[in-house]
Amino acid sequence: MRVALFLTCVNDTLYPDTGRAVVKLLTRLGVDVDFPLGQTCCGQAHYNTGYRHETEPLARHFSDVFGEYEAVVTPSGSCAAMVRELYPRLGERARAEGRGQTLARTLAPVVPKTYELTEFLVDVLGVTDVGAHYPRKVTYHPTCHGLRALRLGDRPRRLLEAVKGLELVELPGAEECCGFGGTFALKNADVSAAMGADKVRAAESTGAQVLCAADNSCLMHIGGTTSRLRSGLRPVHIAEILASTEEEPAL
Amino acid sequence: MSSRERVLGRVRRALADVRPDERPYEEAVGRDYLREHGRRSTEETVELLAQNLADYRAIVHRSTAGEMADLVMRLLAERGSQEVLVPPGLPPQWLAAADPVRIHDRAESTPQRLDQVGSVVTGCAVAIAETGTIVLDGSPDQGRRRISLVPDHHICVVRVPDQVVSSVPQALDRLDPTRPLTWISGPSATSDIELDRVEGVHGPRTLEVILLSA
Amino acid sequence: MSGTFVGMPAFAAFPEAAREAVGNRTLRGNLRHATHTIRAKRARAVAEVSDWAELREAGRRIKDHTLHHLDRYLEQLEESVTRAGGTVHWAADAAEANRIVADLVTATGESEVVKVKSMATQEIGLNEALEAAGIRAYETDLAELIVQLGKDRPSHILVPAIHRNRGEIRDIFAKEMGEWGRPAPDGLTDTPAELAEAARLHLREKFLRAKVGISGANFMVAETGTLVVVESEGNGRMCLTLPETLISVVGLEKVVPTWRDLEVFLQTLPRSATAERMNPYTSMWTGTTGEDGPRTFHLVLLDNGRTDTLADQVGRQALRCIRCSACLNVCPVYERAGGHAYGSVYPGPIGAILSPQLRGTASEIDASLPYASSLCGACYDVCPVAIDIPEVLVHLRERVVEGGPAVRAGNRVLLKPAKGHAAERAAMRAARWALAHPGALRTGQRLASRTRRLHPRTLPGPGRAWSGTRDLPPVPAEPFRDWWQRTHGTDNGEGAAK
Repeated sequence: MRVALFLTCVNDTLYPDTGRAVVKLLTRLGVDVDFPLGQTCCGQAHYNTGYRHETEPLARHFSDVFGEYEAVVTPSGSCAAMVRELYPRLGERARAEGRGQTLARTLAPVVPKTYELTEFLVDVLGVTDVGAHYPRKVTYHPTCHGLRALRLGDRPRRLLEAVKGLELVELPGAEECCGFGGTFALKNADVSAAMGADKVRAAESTGAQVLCAADNSCLMHIGGTTSRLRSGLRPVHIAEILASTEEEPAL
Repeated sequence: MSSRERVLGRVRRALADVRPDERPYEEAVGRDYLREHGRRSTEETVELLAQNLADYRAIVHRSTAGEMADLVMRLLAERGSQEVLVPPGLPPQWLAAADPVRIHDRAESTPQRLDQVGSVVTGCAVAIAETGTIVLDGSPDQGRRRISLVPDHHICVVRVPDQVVSSVPQALDRLDPTRPLTWISGPSATSDIELDRVEGVHGPRTLEVILLSA
Repeated sequence: MSGTFVGMPAFAAFPEAAREAVGNRTLRGNLRHATHTIRAKRARAVAEVSDWAELREAGRRIKDHTLHHLDRYLEQLEESVTRAGGTVHWAADAAEANRIVADLVTATGESEVVKVKSMATQEIGLNEALEAAGIRAYETDLAELIVQLGKDRPSHILVPAIHRNRGEIRDIFAKEMGEWGRPAPDGLTDTPAELAEAARLHLREKFLRAKVGISGANFMVAETGTLVVVESEGNGRMCLTLPETLISVVGLEKVVPTWRDLEVFLQTLPRSATAERMNPYTSMWTGTTGEDGPRTFHLVLLDNGRTDTLADQVGRQALRCIRCSACLNVCPVYERAGGHAYGSVYPGPIGAILSPQLRGTASEIDASLPYASSLCGACYDVCPVAIDIPEVLVHLRERVVEGGPAVRAGNRVLLKPAKGHAAERAAMRAARWALAHPGALRTGQRLASRTRRLHPRTLPGPGRAWSGTRDLPPVPAEPFRDWWQRTHGTDNGEGAAK
């Protein structure tokens, strides 16, 4: 199976470790991973801030870059949701504006074959035990787009529960937003920060060493908050946990 | 142009993009939800009604026709009401043993007069087991809406199992929309203080329901 | 004709108003306590019915069908209400609705009215308009009473005084009740039961003497002309049955086609609102009924921006709203910012999509409301009529930053992009250009990596919005794509970029 990694612009620029972890994990599971260098950004930040027309070229570009692959895997719930949920809406809106079917047709091929990482592991590869080893106490934050847009359900939990050495502890109020929300974090910084602080306090109350999520945008916000609050809690992307083995442990 | 024409004109212009759906209404909306939740015997439905009434702090009694007069007498005596409001068509035998003065609601009875009466006894039109609701429709054994509102103590008689349905859809089926309807689920309550339910504001603060079996 | 009036005077944009609320510990505590209490209860009440998803879908379809044929159902409703002995009035905007009601009350010769809690009458500022006409309106819902006595503003659709805790309510009652009628009992404590008792005593004399009642309605049935008011305390029943004249002011989107449709909403509304199987009291009346209840019934159908909302293909779904407040109770932004920050009688997620549609996006507060959300989607999940609130929020953001066609007071207009977004627009365009050119993205990434030791962990200027409370992540030594190229070889598709 020829699978493209859509790493996302945020991970590419700021979290290359997550990208290396995905490559290591998928390769270990026998997947032939490619990273098309033409990739940039799904356009989510533009779309969610109200710049739908600026989003369209980015969506078309995404479709050009990834259209030929059998599957596109991304370690970001919100970017996967952008492609799966909102690309069809871009097409619909263009049609409603009298611009015909072109955009909808261009974007249609990538929609069904774009997967969030944990979804790809569980649904497409059919694995929950990926042979990982991570001897730490971990709590899991499900992230809004993973939870309510993609409906990832217990997939990430099942993957984490199968990791050797990992002790998974329940995060109180797990389903609550961490307060990132893209440009929301800037436009409504006070509310965003209050939400982030509450999330960090909830995570700290579990006694976990690691707060795990499947989206680095949320982890950037939570991590920025833990660091400012001088909390010892480490934010770690789920890919880095799943890639970790006894031979090659994650840092 | 009248405001009626102005508003209807705006509505029609706003819907310029919508193609009218000419299918019959029921077909156009479709209803995939349940007519009732779960299967129950008649006795189980009555039992569920009793449970749900009690869950929202109504006081539930059971009675046969022969025991009714004594039960009503006892409830009124326990309450200490001097007067009891009586709708025009209430079966007289229900109050046959009661001590308080019977006050009949008349067109000219003022709210102030009704406010002096301690208790009211009514029948009902239908009772809904799943929600613990009784519905009054102003029939002669229930009277005007105000009489089950102003007194602080309401005794409501439900004939079981005939007047009991399982669900809200079944209740609406039985009710006549042209009559004034009052749906009652427990005594008056409020959630306005810290979003937590507290019983007892303007309506009767005590609701007693008698399940009268045939 | 005046503009659409939704509540109150000029308000600061949401972020500024929210900042104050976030810093108010009592308010934060009150809201957290109330919203968390109701969240858990709602979840249990919804879990009790196995067909919740089907009820929600039926509610969505009924409402959509009604909105799509609204002219037909409004005309049918008018005919049914008239046949049953009521009189129907049409009001294009707030000023007209207020004038109609004030004239109707004046015609009775009365100078006071009792009111059932109603969002529509709050939206149009009816109490203030009546006061100007020499008529005193008494709010009779407990929370509305708290707000009215406290000279406060409502902060929640269902529980307008949710921002007050029991101690604050006690103080308001003790201090203010005497000004409006019967004073609070001596030694009033802050137990909810005593507070409810104080409200009962205070309001009873008003109910018993009232000749005119004013209400809204939760539903109007076109087929039968039946109006429905869903409530808890019995103040609604008092206002709907004791006075001689009843005037109901109802938004025209509250119509449903058939009697049977109520079976859906009477199951979903109480569970979504107060998390009960059924609310304590629901009143249904069809016109007038001889000696039972008011002899005269007037229905005022209110537009006030609703038809403008209806004209928007994406935004019109907001008119499905049945005002249950489930979206407020579950919203993490509402929980921290409080209802007042939304600058309208409709706070929370539904307010953030309703107010800028009813009032337009011209004011600072209305242009900021679509951004008062992290788009977490919890509101959409709990909505009993499946309003995709995040979708409408994003759509309204587009209206703010890009402008475009809209309808205001029935007229087509072309909106200009809102002021204050010029720098953002330029940045978004530049980012879009860079992101459509992978080479440019890579150049930027490499520059960032090369200068990473110079990057501060906090930012000056607008960047402080982030770094005032959160550290920035460190920039890595090399972006992923450089590592990939170094370790996996050839360029494979950069050329695909245009």
